[in-house]
Amino acid sequence: MKLITVSGPPSSGKTSVVIRALEHLKAQGQRAGVVKFDCVSTLDETRYKASGIPVKVGLSGHICPDHFFVSNLFQCYQWGRGQGFDFLFTETAGLCNRCAPHIRNILAVCVIDNLSGMNTPWKIGPMLRLADLVVIAKSDLVSQAEKEVFLFRTKQVNPRGVIIHVNGLTGQGSAELASLFFKAKETAGVEETKLRSSMPAAVCSYCLGQTTISDQFQMGNIKRMDLSEGNEGVQGEGL
Amino acid sequence: MTHDIATLPAGDVFRTYPGIDDFFESIGLPRPAEDITMLEYAAFLDEEVLEDKGLMRSQLIRHFKDFVTGLQKMADPGETAIQSITITAGRDKSGQPEETGFTLQPGDVVSVVGPTGSGKSRLLADIEWMAQADTQTGRSVLINGESVDTQWRYSSDQRFVAQLSQNMNFIVDLSAKEFIAMHAEARGIKDVNALVRRVIDTANTIAGEPILAETGVTALSGGQSRALMIADTALVGHSPIVLIDEIENAGIDRRKALDLLVRKLKVVLVATHDPVLALMADRRIVLKNGGIRKVLETTPEEKENLRVLQRLDGAVVSIRNAIRDAKTIQTPFREILRDSCGGAPLEQAIVKQLSSSRNPDPGKRRKGNT
Ligand SMILES: Nc1nc2c(ncn2[C@@H]2O[C@H](COP(=O)(O)OP(=O)(O)OP(=O)(O)O)[C@@H](O)[C@H]2O)c(=O)[nH]1
Ligand SMILES: [Mg+2]
Ligand SMILES: [Zn+2]
Ligand SMILES: [Zn+2]
Repeated sequence: MKLITVSGPPSSGKTSVVIRALEHLKAQGQRAGVVKFDCVSTLDETRYKASGIPVKVGLSGHICPDHFFVSNLFQCYQWGRGQGFDFLFTETAGLCNRCAPHIRNILAVCVIDNLSGMNTPWKIGPMLRLADLVVIAKSDLVSQAEKEVFLFRTKQVNPRGVIIHVNGLTGQGSAELASLFFKAKETAGVEETKLRSSMPAAVCSYCLGQTTISDQFQMGNIKRMDLSEGNEGVQGEGL
Repeated sequence: MTHDIATLPAGDVFRTYPGIDDFFESIGLPRPAEDITMLEYAAFLDEEVLEDKGLMRSQLIRHFKDFVTGLQKMADPGETAIQSITITAGRDKSGQPEETGFTLQPGDVVSVVGPTGSGKSRLLADIEWMAQADTQTGRSVLINGESVDTQWRYSSDQRFVAQLSQNMNFIVDLSAKEFIAMHAEARGIKDVNALVRRVIDTANTIAGEPILAETGVTALSGGQSRALMIADTALVGHSPIVLIDEIENAGIDRRKALDLLVRKLKVVLVATHDPVLALMADRRIVLKNGGIRKVLETTPEEKENLRVLQRLDGAVVSIRNAIRDAKTIQTPFREILRDSCGGAPLEQAIVKQLSSSRNPDPGKRRKGNT
């Protein structure tokens, strides 16, 4: 079974693009399933089911969805094996723009879209920077020049990755995407695999359910803005 | 490159590659001091800062080197000049072999016709992906008569096809000038201002109403947006093939627009349902059921008919404008048509009739026609 992780900002087109590509995989007799990770709720389950794709949903609730993803990956892998899938996809929405649930030796896909704005590639961080394959959706909604600038900035952030344009509505580019999925390596297991970047240890009292805003209640991993004269609020970064 | 870029003083690197600023900006790191090397910079960075960015020290250096390589490639793309692009015959949706393939050369204008769903997107996708008998159509794309190393697909520097779609949407909130500058900068062009002026001047030779450099792109009319994007594609873009999805005959001189792309030696494919546009091309590819049914040369007779069609088209445009201008169309077209068969200039006749009915003599106006 090939495990493929699909990430990307909310509403960037992940589900649409995966469903389109799976149509091509299915046409070639491949069996594929999806595990969708989200925070609070998701409608993706219905959409995958409507396309005849077996799907499981994991809602992380009060836990960071990416941490949740990592702690459940093994189980999901076992489920996929049990079902006899040729492909197992995971779909996660990168919510904090910092975590990247990309795993070494497992095809990491990041889906971003042209509508999100010209500076978005710069804002996404490791999720985009460390992906093997970057899919850019919604090119139909912008001008050719914007599409080219967006591609350029994406490539600036991730010069090694393969970048392709796929339209989640019409399916343009999805056959090519499917051919890249075919090229993915078999995943022998996920035990002992390694993340490509560390996940931030964001545990503070608010992570643990605190709701009162006050100095007194702030504990754990606290980081303060520097608002002193001549500083723009970013953390002083040495040098 | 003879020595490792990460061991050179940052000041030198910045002077050689001005675009390197983007590297630090995109990661959100401050610019290194002039005299320190990238290796030193990375070594000095706080663990916590790296942690924040989700970067490891070695990754930072590697990304930096990749970035510089990208800038070097931009300065010297080393592209092979394209003399011809051949699409070999494959099969249609039912698996029937296609009638024929075709070859395109720089400066060719070819129209692509056929009902919706007849295979336009598939044909384009094959060209864009440089299909090597490995897509569902079984077609192959040859450059200068030779098959293409599919490795280029993954380098993703280059896109072979620029698409100008019918609904020209802009999402950035920039003036025409800033918009073109943004694109030119992404292409690594040196004299951005001069190019921006040239693009806007050129757009104005094909736009019905002039575009001002300061106008916001989202405030441009349909014709103006199309004119600006065609000029941009011709002068700033680098894709050798331009696909135009229909150009409405409104607010833009279509002949001049095509000529501009031809002068820039683009291969122009025009997907259209409009006979005028279809006949403006030198050839047309007729699609059916996902396959190429025929490739036809535009005949001299068709070119002659095109002239008549264009006049008719001009007439339709003036009628459209009259309707927009709250005029009533009282002209007896039937009579004009009959007259024009005797050789009268059809379009002028209609335009003349239209303009005389625009401002009817108030004295002769019928009652009830307030
Ligand atoms: N025009 C256009 N719309 C698209 C494209 N791809 C996706 N969409 C639309 O964008 C919206 C979001 O797409 P989804 O596929 O649900 O995005 P997602 O990333 O899975 O979203 P979440 O899972 O909720 O984070 C839907 O309304 C899609 O129909 C595209 O290429 N073009
Ligand atoms: Mg989704
Ligand atoms: Zn996170
Ligand atoms: Zn917290």
